[in-house]
Amino acid sequence: MATSSVSKGCFVFKPNFKKRKISVPVEDYFNKGKNESEDSKLRFETYQSIWQQMKSETEQLQEELNKNLFNSLIEFLQKSYSGFQKNSRDWGGQIKLREIPTAALILGVNVTDHDLTFRSLTEALHNNVTPYVVSLQAKDCPDMKHFLQKLVSQLMNCCVDEESKEESILVAQKKTFCSMDSLSSWYMSVTHINKTDPKMPRKKRTSSGQWQSPPVVLILKDLESFTTKVLQDFIIISSQHLHEFPLILIFGIATSPIIIHRLLPHAVSSLLCIELFQSLSCKEHLTTVLDKLLLTTHFPFKLSEKVLQILTNIFLYHDFSIQNFIKGLQLSLLEHFYSQPLSVLCCNLPEAKRRINFLSENQCENIRRLPSFRRYVEKQASEKQIALLTNERFLKEEVQSLLENLHVYHTDYFLVLRCLHQFTSSLPKYPLGRQIRELYCTCLEKNIWDSEEYESALQLLRMLAKDELMTILQKCLKVFKTSSEEQLGSTAKRIEEFLAQFQSLDAEAKEEDTSGLQSKGLQKTDLYHLQKSLLEMKELRRTSKKQTRFEVLREKVVNFIDSLVREYLLPPETQPLHEAVYFSAAHTLREHLNAAPRIALHTALNNPYHYLKNEALKSEEGCIPNVAPDICIAYKLHLECSRLINLVDWSEAFATVVTAAEKMDANSVTSEERNEIIHARFIRAVSELELLGFIKPTKQKTDHVARLTWGGC
Amino acid sequence: MMSTLELKEDKMLEVQFVGDDDVLNHILDREGGAKLKKERAQLLVNTKKIIKKPEYDLDEDDREVLKDQNYVEVLGRDIQESLKNGSAADGGNKVYSFQNRKPSEKMSKLASELAKTPRKNVSVNLKNDPEIMINIPQCSKRQSPSDKVQVKNNDKSEFLSTAPSGLRKRLIVPGSHSDSESEYSASNSEDEGVAQEYEEDTNEATLSQKIASQNRVVSAPVCKETPSKKMKRDKTSDLVEEYFEAHSSSKVLTSDRTLQKLKRAKLDQQTLHNLLSKVSPSFSAELKQLNQQYEQLFHKWMLQLRLGFNIVLFGLGSKRDLLERFRSAVLQDSIHVVINGFFPGISVKSILNSITEEVLDHMGTFRSLLDQLDWIVNKFKEDSSLELFLLIHNLDSQMLRGDKSQQIIGQLSSLRNICLIASIDHLNAPLMWDHAKQSLYNWLWYETTTYSPYTEETSYENSLLVKQSGSLPLSSLTHVLRSLTPNARGIFRLLIKYQLDNQDNPSYIGLSFQDFYQQCREAFLVNSDLTLRAQLTEFRDHKLIRTKKGTDGVEYLLIPVDNGTLTDFLEKEEEES
Repeated sequence: MATSSVSKGCFVFKPNFKKRKISVPVEDYFNKGKNESEDSKLRFETYQSIWQQMKSETEQLQEELNKNLFNSLIEFLQKSYSGFQKNSRDWGGQIKLREIPTAALILGVNVTDHDLTFRSLTEALHNNVTPYVVSLQAKDCPDMKHFLQKLVSQLMNCCVDEESKEESILVAQKKTFCSMDSLSSWYMSVTHINKTDPKMPRKKRTSSGQWQSPPVVLILKDLESFTTKVLQDFIIISSQHLHEFPLILIFGIATSPIIIHRLLPHAVSSLLCIELFQSLSCKEHLTTVLDKLLLTTHFPFKLSEKVLQILTNIFLYHDFSIQNFIKGLQLSLLEHFYSQPLSVLCCNLPEAKRRINFLSENQCENIRRLPSFRRYVEKQASEKQIALLTNERFLKEEVQSLLENLHVYHTDYFLVLRCLHQFTSSLPKYPLGRQIRELYCTCLEKNIWDSEEYESALQLLRMLAKDELMTILQKCLKVFKTSSEEQLGSTAKRIEEFLAQFQSLDAEAKEEDTSGLQSKGLQKTDLYHLQKSLLEMKELRRTSKKQTRFEVLREKVVNFIDSLVREYLLPPETQPLHEAVYFSAAHTLREHLNAAPRIALHTALNNPYHYLKNEALKSEEGCIPNVAPDICIAYKLHLECSRLINLVDWSEAFATVVTAAEKMDANSVTSEERNEIIHARFIRAVSELELLGFIKPTKQKTDHVARLTWGGC
Repeated sequence: MMSTLELKEDKMLEVQFVGDDDVLNHILDREGGAKLKKERAQLLVNTKKIIKKPEYDLDEDDREVLKDQNYVEVLGRDIQESLKNGSAADGGNKVYSFQNRKPSEKMSKLASELAKTPRKNVSVNLKNDPEIMINIPQCSKRQSPSDKVQVKNNDKSEFLSTAPSGLRKRLIVPGSHSDSESEYSASNSEDEGVAQEYEEDTNEATLSQKIASQNRVVSAPVCKETPSKKMKRDKTSDLVEEYFEAHSSSKVLTSDRTLQKLKRAKLDQQTLHNLLSKVSPSFSAELKQLNQQYEQLFHKWMLQLRLGFNIVLFGLGSKRDLLERFRSAVLQDSIHVVINGFFPGISVKSILNSITEEVLDHMGTFRSLLDQLDWIVNKFKEDSSLELFLLIHNLDSQMLRGDKSQQIIGQLSSLRNICLIASIDHLNAPLMWDHAKQSLYNWLWYETTTYSPYTEETSYENSLLVKQSGSLPLSSLTHVLRSLTPNARGIFRLLIKYQLDNQDNPSYIGLSFQDFYQQCREAFLVNSDLTLRAQLTEFRDHKLIRTKKGTDGVEYLLIPVDNGTLTDFLEKEEEES
């Protein structure tokens, strides 16, 4: 069946057989075109399981992070609800009764993540506060009518899932007519039924059961995009009905709370009783995500420095979207398992060890080909080298121990990294970055101790005061304590020792203080004498070089940290078999996530040789040979024009180029026909350029087209 | 007719003289070699200098012929520069730079440059030269009246410097030449005479100059001029200013030539197609290789689609064939919908309809698009075994690029069991999507530059600019009018004539009804204004006329067809009668 027609643009294809085979399993596509022997099935399964784990981990994380926010929100709702309940007669209460309790929820610019937050918020409210939670988006409510319609239909749906299904038909009928009056009468009836019908076997929610008439919570997801008129009208109307229709608003705000006052005039905003809530900033969110997913041995999969850099750059410079970051992570995971045959070893240690035993000959060959493994082999004694390269069993055993080493390396690595981060994160000017991810990136990239920043960081560490140093050490101790690993147990002990020494220093210091207090006193001196005495003191210090005990100890601590870093924070490239767990194809990631279609188009038009590797197309920059594809020539010619292009001139210029190119090929064809063809080619090129958006027809002058681009592209 | 002829002759004269100036500029440019992209806004300003030192162009001319070496040297320098810039960006610095104002002749010059730079042989033979020259008279015609003063100045000097008697003679006896570059001059129908004559001229000029002086001393300052200009440009590359400079004047200087005068200009879809089928595509081997490269990705695409990503293809060249191959290779066993975004009648509604009616076999109607969307979403959420692939060619087409359409398609594609693979072509297509939409789409980008012609994509639009529409109105005009009574034809002809008479009047808004009625009465075409109105209704129904209320409340009648077509029509009418 053809997919082009002059009468329709959509073509549906259904496979002929009716039972339509429950589509090809996904892993088949993973296998196809690949070498079957490379455990592709296993790899795909591993991918699936790791991805599932990561996903649930991130979801859990999100929930935890939102917990605080939600709790305070719920508290606010309960408080304001009890305000409704009081129904006090006094004057203040009456005033209060006019004000709609409103929670302004500042969520940050990462709009794409908001959906998730709102979804869990709705759930939380549903479980804890009220069954009547409605969320509206600006695009659904261009005017008051739609606004109310949406509100009503969603509200009714809220109770439909509790009441019998037949009510839904009623809802559909009601949909045509809705006003605030009908809404409040509906609300009365619903709550009334609930009150009078306690016999009805309803699953009472533990917390909402106590609420006689639960409030209606309305979430406006994107306050900024609502039209002011709709908002104002709704707020005014609903404040009139507040005594019979207890409404609570939640505004989702991406920018800043000022927007409320910009959208609503004072008369309206005074009807709101606003309280601000701030969600966690997305950067902190990212830090925790990284912390839980990458800076841990929990997941075997790791990112190389370049990849991590790209992902964080996309996050920081493009969208601040955690979701996108996770998507990038998923893609890198997929790419890793898809392209690296040895990724089969990228799983937890016992499983990996088991898998090694089943590795095929091919896979063994793959291992031997790994650059990191080759480097490792070269360092071994010659007979061991031969054994590694020829004996499969021996190789497997060796690989097992290597993998174990890799695992140990990672556990140590992250502990020391965190420890170092404790030290550097509080330094002035943050020579090694404020966030742990920056530190991690530097460590992944190279030997960190070779960098200047590290040097200056150590310099600064040598100047820390005692209490600062002690708090840092305590934090480090906590880091080490949390891990159950034995390897670095001694380090923890060392830190404890240091701490003890510092404390003893305290006691000694007191004694010293009393004895060593030189009663030189503050004599009145002039500037000259002061300078002189200061110089003397300095001289004295340098010559005697007598450090206090604290200084000695501090030096020790810094040296200790330095030695830790040098021992454990080796870049992963130094580890044999790191290719199995590190994903390093940064360019594919960038190509697929952060593509540059304009540049691709420009390159294709400007330098066809980049794609068509034909020697005839080779040329220097800024020039294209006249044999290039028609569209390239037309494009090149059009670059020379200003805003308007005369088609006749263009076509003649085009013809000149093309005839010159053809002269070399054939001189035979009759010129008239050839001109026709050239003209047709020109027409095609022009209409293609139009399709690509470089030019458009214009009425300014007959037979002219307007250029739509400036500069080269 | 007479007047226009005269006008033409006037033009011819001008053409002549600006030409030499252009020759000079052209040559200057060649000194700059491949750098000719870098601007020379000085073209017209130069004239004064030339007047002072007319010898320059003598010298320059033969330098042009003899000094290829210089050119080659410049090329060499260019390569180095490009290396410095880094070839990966591929002239990326040019991508975002603003364009400054360019004299309109540039294009034809570049054309000749391109035509001239053959693949390997650097030797520029004399034979090619006239070809370049031919271009010049055409371009020079574009100069606006404001430049004429300078032009005149220039030609005076020209008369003095070169053999004036020869020129004059030729001016008096135009079109007397026979030989030289037939094939090229055949292509520019109208200027033929002028061009040939002119090129004779220059040929002789160059020859004579060749014999004449070759003093390098004089040429040196001119040489210097170009680099210094370049430097200056670099310094003052204040992008913003350049941009505003380029946009400051509302007037753009282009030539006034129109396609009607080229008889080849009118091609319909069919002949175009036939003609193009005769062209054998070049670089087929390389293209095939490219395509094979992309075909290897099919399984990967499928995998990623199934895992919840959606795929968007971009890059130069039609991706329709590629997607078709993808479809036939891996989608045969699954339900899929192919959507031609380039189809002019496509809409989101039709997409949703084909999903509800044909895929889900639902025979109801929906109140609104959103309802329909909700229904589909629910359906797919309920039945997880359901799986649908959407193939959209040109997601960025006119009909689908709207915000609402994109939102709806995005929402569809965000469903787990709907997989979307789409192609985009427009330069600014990614601007359609804000962050929210992008996260709905969950795109993976794939670059698939195919270089294949957009045959199908461009076949619907009447984008072939004027060419197609030029023939269409004419034939429809004749058809409609043939079916009318002679009186009606007469009425229409009256209107045409009036409109043509007023074609030079920029404030012409149409013929007022009263005047028209008067004229028709005088020509015994109607007897009452009612009959005229009846006729006009007929025309209006066929969209042959348009009425407009003027500021004074009077009705004005206008034929919404361009004047060239009307002239053609009148000529044809006269032939027939």
